[in-house]
Amino acid sequence: MTSPTLSPQSLTTDHQPPSIWVKQLSLRYGRKVSFANVDAQFRAGQITALIGPSGCGKTSFLSCLNRLHELTPTAQLAGQVYLNDCDTETIPLTPLRRQVGMLFQKPNPFPLSIYRNLAFPLKEHGICDRTHIHHIIETTLTDVGLWAEVKDRLKAPALSLSGGQQQRLCLARALALKPQVLLMDEPCSALDPLSSEVIEDLILRLKGIYTILIVTHNLGQASRIADDVAFFWVQHDVGQLIEFGPAKEIFANPQDPLTAAYTSGRRG
Amino acid sequence: MVRRHPAGKEQGATLMVWLVALGITAVFLWLLSDVIWQGGQAVNGAFLTQAPAKAGLEGGIAPILVSTGLVLGVCIGVSLPLGLGTAVFLTEFSPQRSHRVIRLSLDILAGVPSIVFGLFGNAFFSRVLGLGFSILSGGLTLACMVLPILIRSIQVGLVNVPREYRQAAAALGLSRLGTLKTLILPAALPGIAVGILLGIGRAIAETAALIFTSGYVDRMPTSLLDSGRVLSIHIFDLAMNIPGGEQNAYGTALVLVILLIVINTLVSWFAERFRQSKLQIL
Amino acid sequence: MSRFKNEATWRVLLRILALCSGAILLLILGFLVWETLPILRTVSLDRFWRDPGWHPSEQAYNLTPMVIGTLGVTVGAVLVATPLGLLSAVFCQYYAPAGVAQLYRRLIELLAGIPSVVYGLWGLVVLVPLIAKVQPPGSSLLAGILILALMILPTIALVIDASLASLPPSYWRGSAALGLGTWATVQGVCLPAIRSGLLTAVMLATARALGETMAVLMVCGNVVQVPDSIFAPVRTLTANIALEMAYALDLHRSALFASGLVLMLVVTGLVVVTDPWTDAPEG
Repeated sequence: MTSPTLSPQSLTTDHQPPSIWVKQLSLRYGRKVSFANVDAQFRAGQITALIGPSGCGKTSFLSCLNRLHELTPTAQLAGQVYLNDCDTETIPLTPLRRQVGMLFQKPNPFPLSIYRNLAFPLKEHGICDRTHIHHIIETTLTDVGLWAEVKDRLKAPALSLSGGQQQRLCLARALALKPQVLLMDEPCSALDPLSSEVIEDLILRLKGIYTILIVTHNLGQASRIADDVAFFWVQHDVGQLIEFGPAKEIFANPQDPLTAAYTSGRRG
Repeated sequence: MVRRHPAGKEQGATLMVWLVALGITAVFLWLLSDVIWQGGQAVNGAFLTQAPAKAGLEGGIAPILVSTGLVLGVCIGVSLPLGLGTAVFLTEFSPQRSHRVIRLSLDILAGVPSIVFGLFGNAFFSRVLGLGFSILSGGLTLACMVLPILIRSIQVGLVNVPREYRQAAAALGLSRLGTLKTLILPAALPGIAVGILLGIGRAIAETAALIFTSGYVDRMPTSLLDSGRVLSIHIFDLAMNIPGGEQNAYGTALVLVILLIVINTLVSWFAERFRQSKLQIL
Repeated sequence: MSRFKNEATWRVLLRILALCSGAILLLILGFLVWETLPILRTVSLDRFWRDPGWHPSEQAYNLTPMVIGTLGVTVGAVLVATPLGLLSAVFCQYYAPAGVAQLYRRLIELLAGIPSVVYGLWGLVVLVPLIAKVQPPGSSLLAGILILALMILPTIALVIDASLASLPPSYWRGSAALGLGTWATVQGVCLPAIRSGLLTAVMLATARALGETMAVLMVCGNVVQVPDSIFAPVRTLTANIALEMAYALDLHRSALFASGLVLMLVVTGLVVVTDPWTDAPEG
């Protein structure tokens, strides 16, 4: 696979990436509490890895940042999320989700052609000029290293791509909307090691341009790419943020014994 | 069967089950072969293209086929937009229980006897709206009748669209309407087709709801406000009211049954395609 | 942005369509009640079973013979069709080889879709003369029961077939480990396990039989009388409506609507009891 090269177009975004503040954030599904009382400030332009065992609310936490939890009717959120100084509750859904892009665990391209997968969201967001759309598609596909592989078959169904290619297509789809924040929910866990490495390289190249939050179970990956690490754990059936700080310190010198126990497994 | 011999009891039961199944098969094959045999003698090219003569004893069923087509056209033309809109609203825009009332009312509607639809159609479309005995009022009555089937099938089609599409679309900040038009409706298309075909199947088999809405007139209709006799009413009238009309009644029944078999085959074909397309995505 | 206005407009439009669909039932009920009112205003309720007979032209509205006809045909058909449908489903699930079961199921599905007027035609031309050989006139309660049983049998067989198919295979393993035979397992384990499915099947079949018009209209003889034997002709409520609506006026018409209203309420009751919305697709 060719190593992706970033083109200058996508390096210039209109704004500096925002920092994200969460204050006393709790989420419940009906009676079941997913996570409670999370306070954290995620630094602008940095990569934060969310680690912890399965079922500790990492994914749910992520989905609150672009209010995707609202798709689940039983979900009830308490607390606030701020993008810079702006409460996300006050931002209408469409601009919020355009500003905060998301990549899922399982690659989820639409059952449309490769081209339409990128063009359809752009059109929906009011970009109708064909040459402009084509330009954005070429740029973002180049950014994710997919352009050379698919430029001759843009009309082919996106589902005919390999898993790794599909995930890069989904990343391109998110980047095409020029977000400032990227949420990634175990983006590599469904991929083979080689594709996983390509995605990891891509994420590193996005650092500084976007504020990135990534959920991962791969502690090696977290230590390779993350600036900060947030460690979640289940206490009394409720997900909690146990420790949060610079990646080096969390891995080298954890303050909480739970963190120490969990991260010590990373070399094993 | 002797109670104290379990083996004998098992054998007896096996015999009984097979006999029942064979008996049922035999009766139904009798019915079908009767329709095919007797009907086959009546049906030919002229039967399909000529107008009935002598109250249907002679001639064919051409105007009746046209009336049937028009009634079905009115029925689907009215019920499809209504059903599609309702199904989309119920599945995509109101996932909460607030619209249980509509669901419940549709479930009850699905069980209402067809003769009651006939009464209603006569009172509302024919009298209050002044449409009289016409293709229009028959089609509208049938539209009310097939609506629950249509809505249910479309809803099943919509619900089965993978959740990932909605999630991905929401994460990209796409409008629900855009998502619906570009992603969900195309993915649910086979389900919608199944719904339309099931609706047509139910409508084409219907008699009681049409007797006093679309009426008996067997002339070629010139407008939707004309009374028009559909296939099933033609069968009924020939069998009950015209001495010696059995032959042509059978012929008409054969045409009707063949149409239904074609519709059923299409339904299972679309359903199978739907299943496959879902597997391919998962 | 215009796009949001657009979406809001669509939302309102869809809501209106949904409300229209939901309102149809109310509209039907409303019209039935409206058309029934004239006779309820002028005639006391008990005359529907106290009047000397059904002679609408002479202001006599005794519906008892029709009610008995409807009940007789329905109960008879359900009694005949339930055991047959049950055995037919058991055959499909446990006795027939896979290929045969598939074919048999196709046949039953096909028959579930045959129009009632075709059943009626066959009953009139084939069954009624056969019965007439035993006991004239042929058009009778018995003919109605048999044809109706044939019509509701596919419904019963398919519903029971589906509930049997949903039983966990562990039942069979457990029973086989005890050395029980097929019939013993069906009788002792499977049938008790699908009681609710059985009930649903019988309820649905009853609702269908009660509301059926054309087939019974064609084979029952339509004489307004309380049948003294199974070979006597009868007239059902539905047949009564179908026969007389075309020329009924005023109170006569109103009486027919009254019988339609009663039918609708009974069938609605059956549908509600069967609780069909538990398996409705949830959004």
